[in-house]
This record gives sequence, C-alpha cells and structure tokens, in this order.
Amino acid sequence: MADPQPKKLDLHRREMPKQPPEVRQHNFSEVALGYPIETAVEEARRCIQCKKPTCVFECPVEIDIPGFIKCIAQQDFTGGVSILKNKNCLPAICGRVCPQEEQCEKACVLVKKGGQIAIGRLERFLADWEAAQGVLGIPAMPPSTGKRVAVVGGGPASLTVAGDLIKSGHQVTIFEALHKMGGVLIYGIPEFRLPKAIVTREVEFLQSLGVELVTDFVVGKTRSIDDLLEEYDAIFVGSGAGLPWFMEIPGENLNGVYSANEYLTRLNLMKGFLFPKYHTPVKFHKRVVVIGGGNVAMDCARSALRLGAESRIVYRRSRQELPARLEEIENAEEEGVIFEYLTLPIRYIGDENGWVKAIECQKMELGEPDASGRRKPVPIEGAIATFEVDAVVCAIGNSPNPLIGATTPGLTIGKKGNIEVDEATGKSSRDRVWAGGDVVTGAATVILAMGAGRQAAKSIHQYLSSLP
Amino acid sequence: MFRILSSRMIVPNIHLLTIEAPAVARQANPGQFVIIRAEEEGERVPLSISDWDRQMGTITLLVMNIGSTTGRLAALRERATIPTVVGPLGNATEIENYGTVLCLAGCYGIGSMFPIARALKEKGNRVITILEARSAYLLYWEERLKAVSDKVVHITRDGTRGFRGHVGRLPEIIKGFDEPIDRIYANGCTFMMMRSSQASRPLGIKTMVSLNPIMIDGTGMCGVCRVRVGGATRFACVHGPDFDGHEVDWEELLQRRKTYLPEEVVPLQTSGCDQHAHIVKETVDG
Repeated sequence: MADPQPKKLDLHRREMPKQPPEVRQHNFSEVALGYPIETAVEEARRCIQCKKPTCVFECPVEIDIPGFIKCIAQQDFTGGVSILKNKNCLPAICGRVCPQEEQCEKACVLVKKGGQIAIGRLERFLADWEAAQGVLGIPAMPPSTGKRVAVVGGGPASLTVAGDLIKSGHQVTIFEALHKMGGVLIYGIPEFRLPKAIVTREVEFLQSLGVELVTDFVVGKTRSIDDLLEEYDAIFVGSGAGLPWFMEIPGENLNGVYSANEYLTRLNLMKGFLFPKYHTPVKFHKRVVVIGGGNVAMDCARSALRLGAESRIVYRRSRQELPARLEEIENAEEEGVIFEYLTLPIRYIGDENGWVKAIECQKMELGEPDASGRRKPVPIEGAIATFEVDAVVCAIGNSPNPLIGATTPGLTIGKKGNIEVDEATGKSSRDRVWAGGDVVTGAATVILAMGAGRQAAKSIHQYLSSLP
Repeated sequence: MFRILSSRMIVPNIHLLTIEAPAVARQANPGQFVIIRAEEEGERVPLSISDWDRQMGTITLLVMNIGSTTGRLAALRERATIPTVVGPLGNATEIENYGTVLCLAGCYGIGSMFPIARALKEKGNRVITILEARSAYLLYWEERLKAVSDKVVHITRDGTRGFRGHVGRLPEIIKGFDEPIDRIYANGCTFMMMRSSQASRPLGIKTMVSLNPIMIDGTGMCGVCRVRVGGATRFACVHGPDFDGHEVDWEELLQRRKTYLPEEVVPLQTSGCDQHAHIVKETVDG
C-alpha cells in the first residue's frame, strides 16, 4: 500500500473549478464544478492523517474524515463512499452547503499554515463520483424490529433521522407538508448552489432503503401528533423554521416586499424562473435590495442577479461580521452583487400603485461589542441613504414553525416559539416525541440540523430497543 | 395523486368539484381551506372547503374560473387526477351560540358559507342567510342554505331577485328584521367582504370575514399572505383565515392581491383553449 503521506507538508490547497462569474451570473446552473479525479487525489494526499483527528471532533455527525480521505488518496473511491455513508446519508448535500470553514476545516492542523485540507470538496467529490457510477450501493439491512417511527417534515434533520433509524431496522415514514421532499434543501437553497437533482437522488436513496415518503401532509393539520402516536411507537419532529421575520418598519407590506422564503420558494420549489412553462409567476425586477447578511441573503441576492436585476445587499454591520459563508460572500462579490455595509433600513416608500419604489436607510458605525460578542452597530445621526428599488427581499431570519406547538397539548414551547428538548437526546417534554433542527434551534445550518437528527435517532433507537 | 370524482359548472363560471382526499375530509371543519396544484408544473392555490363527506373520504370545492389554475381545474373531468390537495389548512371558524347570526355570502363564498351556516345552526343560533350575486341566474345552493337557515334573503345587483344593489344596503335590510343581529359572517371576494365590513361597522355588529390573499405553502413559511389586522401584521394561513372585518386594512389587502395580475394573464395567452379542450377530450375518452 502506497504511503499517502508526503515527506514535506504541501500547503497548496487545490482549487475547485467554477463557472466564470460573467457566465454564471446569467444562469441557474451550479457555480462550483467539483474536483476532477486527479485533483481530488492530489488534495487527499496532502492530508497528514493525524492520530488525533481534530476535524472529526468538530463534525456534528462525526464522519471518519481521515478514513475517507485516505481512500481517495489510494484511489479506492468505493471504500471512501462506504466510510462516508456510514455516518452521513447526505454527503453530496453536506459537501456543498456545510460551513466547513467553521467546522471540520477550521480544526484541521494545517489551518494555521493556511493550507487546511478541502474536506468539503473531497466529500462532494466522493458523493458525485458515486452518483456518476449510476447505481447507488444499498448497504446490508438488519432484520426488521417491527417498530414504527413517524418523522415530521422532509428536511435535513428528518432525512438524517430516517436514514439512521431505517438502518437500525425500524420502519420509518416521513410526512412532508409540501409536494416535494427536502425541506429547505428544495424550497430554499437555489439550484446554483445545490442542484435539486442531488437532493432528489439522496431522497431516492432513503426510499430505496425502505423509508416511506408521504408528501402533501401537514402534521398538526391533516393529522395531529396525538393521532400519529396511536399508530407509531415514536415521533421525530423536524418541521423547520416557518414564520419569516420582518423588521416591522413602515411600508413593509407594500407590493414588491418579499420574505426570503417567498422569494426563494417561487424560484426553487415552484421553478418560477421557468414561468410560464411553470405556472408560478415571478417578477423580473430591475433593482433589488436584500436585507440581511446570512447565507439566505446571499442566495436571494444572487438569484435576483440571475433574473437580471441590479442586486444589492444591505447589512447593518461590516463585512467582517457577515454571518454568511466566506465562499458564498466571495461568489456574490465576483458575480457583481453590491454590498452596502453599516446600513439599516428604516422605511420603505411606495408609489401611487402601492409598489415599493425606494428604501430609506440609516447609516451606522460600529460601537462596543454586544451580547453576541460582535461590535454593535450604532446610528450615525443624520446620515441617511436612500436607494431606489422595485423589490426588497427581507432575509433576516425565521421563527420555528408554530403548527406543531399549537396543536400538541403538553409539548413545552420556548420563548422563541421553539420546541424545547433535552440537549443531549433531542427528547421533548412529550412521551415518545423527539425534535431537532430549526424547529428547536431557530434558523441554523443544514449540518447542525443533521447533527441534531443523528442525536435524536440514537436516543429513539435506544428507546425502541428497550421496548418488548 | 388525488382523483376528481365529479366536476360540473353549476352557474356560469363557477364549478363544483368533488375530490377524493380522505385525509383532508377526515379533519375538515367550517372555514378551513386546502391548497391544490392542478398539475405538476402548476401553482399552489388556496381554495375554501365547501363541504366534505368523512365516510366517503371526499371534499367539495367551488372554483371560480378566473385565471390559469382555476381554468385548468375547471377543465378537468371525472376520473382525472391532480397532484396536490393538502389540508385542511387554517383555523376553523369559531362557532358558538351567539343568538342571531347573519351569514353574508357572495360568489364562490356561497359555497364556503354553507358549512359555517350549518355549524351555526347546529349550535342553536338563529341563522339568517343573505345571498348576494350580480343577477339571479348566478345564485346556487339556495336549497342547501335554506335547509340550515331560518331565513334566506337575496340581494342582486340587477334586482332580478330580492333586494336590488349590493351588501352596502345591509343597514336598511337589517332594519327590516324583527330581531337584532348579534354577529355577522361574510364570505366572498375581498371587495364584497370589505363592503360588508364597511356596512356593518356603524351598526357596531362584530363581523368576521374569511380572507383570501395570495398564498404559497399555506403553513406560515413563506409570509406572502400577510395582512394588517388591528395595526399588526398577521399571516392569513396560520393566524386566519378568519379575522374581524372591522380591523382589517382592506386597502392594503386589495393592493397586495394585485401583485401578479399582469403575470396571471400570460399563462392564459400561452396555454390556449386548445390545450384545455385536449384535457377535456382526454378525460372524457379515457
């Protein structure tokens, strides 16, 4: 066996080819094209295979990172896929949308020298390689335990729970309110960052393992949690973040003011950019302002650009505090999204037909650190900036979806509308009910939701195994 | 997939659809709605549930053909299937014994008022129903509403039946009744519900309306259905669809409903009648 470990540290992180900005700003195809085989192998060979893999400790789903990287280095891709899938049912998704720079890659020992291993890109490489082979391998399944689990919501937390539990021999049914599985992966994250075909592929993989999928079914309305408890031994609630936040400033209900969820759902789930072939209309605006600085704000701004708009992000802090992934910020900058930092919207101005035509903003400066540890933006008196717009997208966050809380007696709901759970197990205040993902934490990342799903699955499995 | 069991036009432009949707039928209550898609490329649109049969697992919808999706639905025939019927969504109408209740129903709202009137009657209310239409030939379900009402009154724009005019005549009509009205429900187009609320405001009678703004998911996620009620922004899908009509910002609601008006014309132009005719032919032949 060849030793994948080179004598001298290679700090040259291999770049992943991308569509050039001037091309991709006009299409919805994926921006990053993925490593070719040779590059992936080269990148994998840079990994020094630490005895104490700090990267694994930082991964919410504890993927054996050195293990799968070693396989790539040895060109044993099949082996790599099986190591990866052992802990992660959704590698093609995680490889694309996880904030690796904040998790595994941040903990890489090479990070201090600026040459951390591109773990996310390698993960993506393996997942895509497997998909390119045509047939997804189905792992050996254990005998059925006869126990039944209902999973509420079809997003990343739920998909993880379903994958883990079916692999433990339990029967799993996922109930999804929309007409397609995937939750935020389908309605929220745009095609250019996460092709929908990949989500569909991962969902089909779960289906091939025997997970039952029910769409167009709103738990809390079509049936309640209590109804489901009569038929199922355990329930996992991963109903996600609903109820978008608005700033409650004048003019917010003018036509042309969207929540990020509305804007993205029209485009992604409903394929509005193919209107009128698809029947859900979208507007092709000329000037769009997106409020917020997270990944969702970047997604909205880059979508607006692709629909032909001059696209501007208005964020109340500075570039340093942007919560979005660095890669997405850079992508947005390259594509031509304009950033207005230290700028806070205070009022929307409408035209005579009730359409937003301008947005008035207060300019800010950074003061002392606040509770979040970031320097707090404070208004500069008299400094007002006005932008002419024909659309505004509000991407400042969401509250957890209220439907389950409102229809499930005895379920403890926190101050922010979140379902309260035991942190270690995801167990809620109701017997046989677990919860995880955005409905517990408020809007967060895909990988955190998956981590919560994994934890809950462990606890659910333990409970089900204790039953006669 | 959800099967259409029957579909027919009961008055010009208003279609009665019975759809097999057992999960919805099992839970449906007065005032709730479903979101449907007429085909895979289709839009998600909210429609009030006008009746249900829990044993048969069916729901009844009244669909007014006004745009792309409603047009496609209207073109569907018996045995055709549609990809999405999800619900029941929204909160059920609050039904108590209020005394004498006036049910004001117009247009497609005549259908959705029926289960509300029935539930009010079952709760022991005295129910007076006012049916509003442009002309007598546009009235439907009169017998059904008579069966659950103590009195049925008509208003037609052209005076071909009952009072001539519109719901703005509410105060004088009420004056003619022997008894005071304790509560009003209004179901119809946004404009009609606005007029009903304006007419009842000086009378000081609480007036509940069932709002129908633009929606996508119907579960609170997208926020497009927001309406200002009593100065606060509410989402019609999870906080409603019923609200106090005297508190609703009608101007804003009417304006928000117009958002996609220009786009709604496009699919009508591009889809064409021939395609609808084809759907009809296929479902009839098949």
